[in-house]
Amino acid sequence: MTDMRQLYQEVILDHNRKPRNYGAIPDANRHADGHNPLCGDHIKLSMNVLEDKIDAIAFEGHGCAICKASASMMTGAVKGKSVQDAETMVEEFRGMATGTLDPESADHHLGKLKIFAGVKDLPSRVKCAILPWHTLHAALNSEASISTEGEADPVSDHA
Amino acid sequence: MKVERVPDEGMNGESTSIDQVRVDKIRADFPILSLQVSGKPLVYLDNAASSQMPQPVIDRIVRYQTQEHSNIHRAVHYLSELATKEFEVARVKVQNFLNAKESREIIFTRGTTEAINLVMHGYGRAFIGKGDEIILSGLEHHANIVPWQMLAEEKGAVLRVIPMNDHGELLIDQFEELFNAKTKFLALSHVSNALGTINPVKQMVAFAHKHGVPVLLDGAQAAPHQMLDVQELDCDFYAFSGHKMCGPTGIGVLYGKAQLLEKMQPYQGGGDMILSVTFEKTTYNVIPAKFEAGTPPIMAAIALGAAIDYLQGIGLGNIEAYEHELLEYATSRVSAIPGVKIIGTARKKAAVLSFEIQGVHPHDVGTILNADGIAIRTGHHCAQPVMQRFHVPATARASFAFYNTKQEIDKLVDGIRRVQEMFS
Repeated sequence: MTDMRQLYQEVILDHNRKPRNYGAIPDANRHADGHNPLCGDHIKLSMNVLEDKIDAIAFEGHGCAICKASASMMTGAVKGKSVQDAETMVEEFRGMATGTLDPESADHHLGKLKIFAGVKDLPSRVKCAILPWHTLHAALNSEASISTEGEADPVSDHA
Repeated sequence: MKVERVPDEGMNGESTSIDQVRVDKIRADFPILSLQVSGKPLVYLDNAASSQMPQPVIDRIVRYQTQEHSNIHRAVHYLSELATKEFEVARVKVQNFLNAKESREIIFTRGTTEAINLVMHGYGRAFIGKGDEIILSGLEHHANIVPWQMLAEEKGAVLRVIPMNDHGELLIDQFEELFNAKTKFLALSHVSNALGTINPVKQMVAFAHKHGVPVLLDGAQAAPHQMLDVQELDCDFYAFSGHKMCGPTGIGVLYGKAQLLEKMQPYQGGGDMILSVTFEKTTYNVIPAKFEAGTPPIMAAIALGAAIDYLQGIGLGNIEAYEHELLEYATSRVSAIPGVKIIGTARKKAAVLSFEIQGVHPHDVGTILNADGIAIRTGHHCAQPVMQRFHVPATARASFAFYNTKQEIDKLVDGIRRVQEMFS
């Protein structure tokens, strides 16, 4: 990945500038905080799960463009999905970012999210892209907070 | 051992300051500087994290490993005596580099971090107790915060922090007000790694001594960039790392005044640090052996000696002057870019440029510059309290060495502009 335009595409820069579903869901029944202590990225996720379906979802926090765009696009992609389908996407996104799932050849449900595939060539940035997805996984499983370091490390645990 | 200090090359009267011709020659000494990264010539601006190694130091490592290696201070055979001699010669080179009074005041450690931990265990745990106060500055690297915090928790001691102004300069009036009868120690960086501020350490050491308080200086960012004289500074301890001054990783130095080192307790127990051992009683060795338990990093210590020879060959005075020129150039060029803010604008600074590009996270800056072959550091620089003070999660940091050039700074400036275009 020598051409940064492959990763920093207009769509990622646009979600970074104007993140969708930004804020907090009042009376949310699921919450989680995701934190990357290495770079200070911090994602606060809130959602309402009704009858096994993600009815509403929002995030707030700060981070790099990769992290914010990933969070913004994720919230749009999983809204209205069943918990099971969202978990499948968490797995698929993790596989794509760590290089075990090739979005061009394998079946997946990631759609436009495949523009994040380029992070697999940037080991120090994989965690930026994955952080929102692990925060989603934690919220769906009622874990209050996750960190990209230590036991909860989403990359070393699963890659 | 008392030795005459090697004169700094630049002080010989001959004009040997670093100019374009000389920097080209210097760069040819560093094989890694001709590397291509992302298909572009490497522009290495992460010297505050770790510097690169010149061929004479690499050659010294090869010579040691191919012709001199054995364990030291033990056997009577040829190689052991040779390795011991070279290891002790390296100690004298460090003594000379710091202008320490005696070579036994030089202790080899794994790095600055271990040197500070050694003082925390050896001095702090023996002489600092409940209710005592330790003064640190708001500029410290985590390595000069966390050991003291651990000590404070263990002993019930209290940490007091010297505040700074918006330029990243310590507030000396407030520093002086922190002292009282309970103050037992001052741990202070000579040069800030995150901002580049050069602290007025000589003046601060003198003030601490008026209150009978010993001082440790963290010199990790100062050692490679200026002439040092621990007798003139009069600090009680001085710590630095080999890999930030053209040496290898795994070696560092703790200088300590002999009378303090002698009354301290050992840090680690093991071989070499003892005179005699029975199951009833161990008698500790004299300094510096008392603090060098186990087989030390012999090769790394000898290579550090070679790195000191190399730096002194160029002249620390020349290095300081040239790096200052690079800093001034980089500061004027980067600060002229709209939307870029320099963090750390102290009047006295080492060649460190921390900056923020409005609307772009430092990690994105680092990734995009890397695609142009430019290596900078992004993150909190192991100085989270500094980041909190300036209300930023992280910064981008370019740090210069004597082998960098103004052309490389021009490339950095072009890279920053490309980042801005991409995010506009």
